[in-house]
Amino acid sequence: MSVFAMPSLGADMEAGKLVEWLVKPGDRVRHGDVVAVVETQKGAIEIEVFEDGTVEKLLATLGQTLPVGAPLAVIGGEAVTVAAPPPVETVAAAPEPLASPVPVQPPPAAGIAASPAARARAAELGVDLAGVKGSGPGGAIVFADVVPSAQAAPKPPDREALLAEMRRAIAAAMTRSKREIPHYYVTHTIDLGAATDWLAATTAGRPPETRLLMGALLARAVTLAAHEVPAMNGHFGTDGFAPADRVHLGLAVALRGGGLVAPAILDAETLDLTALMAAMRDLTARTRAGRLRSSEMSMATLTFSALGEAGVEAMAGIIVPPQVALVTAGAPQPMALVKDGAVVARPAVTLTLAADHRVSDGRLGARFLTLIDTHLQAPETL
Amino acid sequence: MTQDDIRRAFLDEVIRVAPDIDPAAIAGTDHLQDDLGLDSMDVLNLVIALSARFGVEIPEADYPRIATPDLAAAYLAEKTRG
Repeated sequence: MSVFAMPSLGADMEAGKLVEWLVKPGDRVRHGDVVAVVETQKGAIEIEVFEDGTVEKLLATLGQTLPVGAPLAVIGGEAVTVAAPPPVETVAAAPEPLASPVPVQPPPAAGIAASPAARARAAELGVDLAGVKGSGPGGAIVFADVVPSAQAAPKPPDREALLAEMRRAIAAAMTRSKREIPHYYVTHTIDLGAATDWLAATTAGRPPETRLLMGALLARAVTLAAHEVPAMNGHFGTDGFAPADRVHLGLAVALRGGGLVAPAILDAETLDLTALMAAMRDLTARTRAGRLRSSEMSMATLTFSALGEAGVEAMAGIIVPPQVALVTAGAPQPMALVKDGAVVARPAVTLTLAADHRVSDGRLGARFLTLIDTHLQAPETL
Repeated sequence: MTQDDIRRAFLDEVIRVAPDIDPAAIAGTDHLQDDLGLDSMDVLNLVIALSARFGVEIPEADYPRIATPDLAAAYLAEKTRG
């Protein structure tokens, strides 16, 4: 028998409000099953169980705001230890089946799925999301679905307050990161000529479901390099650094109202380029709709952040604890590079690695970035 | 399908891929990326949805032609007529 506890929801989230139980006492559960839904500033998050057994008792009640580690339920069966957030070494909890060429998968129709903007508006208008019919992906409630109801008394906290809360949580996590992690930075500019040509030739005839973006090539090269340099990929915990043998690639997604979520693509190293691209589209869509899973919120072993849309050359980022490395890409754009002694204009991207000095040093960081470069020079092998 | 229907359907799909946008606040000349903040993943998800809904092929070279609701309504009207 064990107590199933509220898992970590990522470095910048300390609690979630329980809005739905998907199991009841007597139900059998298996590792990876979604058993509950909590509401957070970053949308609804599906809570997965990390053991097999039978639900004996529900300890948390609907409406309760539960901090990470709070007891949720008693699970009987094979498990004997207290369930904790999964260690990095654990095999990923039931990743969404990713049939590569399929478009965005509809999220399961359970719980209150709502986009962060819809949630903010509901808070602003005093609307109970339980009574709102969603028109988004998989029935998720989107901004337009939330309309003022006659009987609902408008009440604070308003949209600004919710955003302020998210900003405060991000600040707290980043402050902790800067306090605890001795960051070092390495920057490298990569010639994307070969990748650009290959991408144009490959994607030209494809239907949109299987079209690729440069961001997917970069993410794939980062994933391969992370698999080859264990000191960049894993978690730093109370017992020091534990490298991960899988690559759960955190992908920074900017929220339109402000703020940021960096959910993980689990087992990214097992996905080929087309499958990784499909996973990136799916994750982006589910982030927008506010439908992510607890494992995706907490299991990233390395984060990749692309600022392609912003047009800037480079950004030095802050590592997301307990990870030990973050790769940021500026916008791919023509740059003046020197080739065979002559200055030429080439499509290029500047990558910046922020890494943890407790685990590695600049020389290894440099090797990591040059490995990414090497992979991008042979796009057909990605 | 009138151009108004097409525009409504287009906006439907925009809201589907970017549910955090207030549809009432979208102007006909708003640029999906520059004004509405869609990223390239969102645009690709939109293209997939539009291709399925209208049964038309939208090659990458034509992305600029769906960059605003006004442009997209005209473009999709032309494609579906064809």
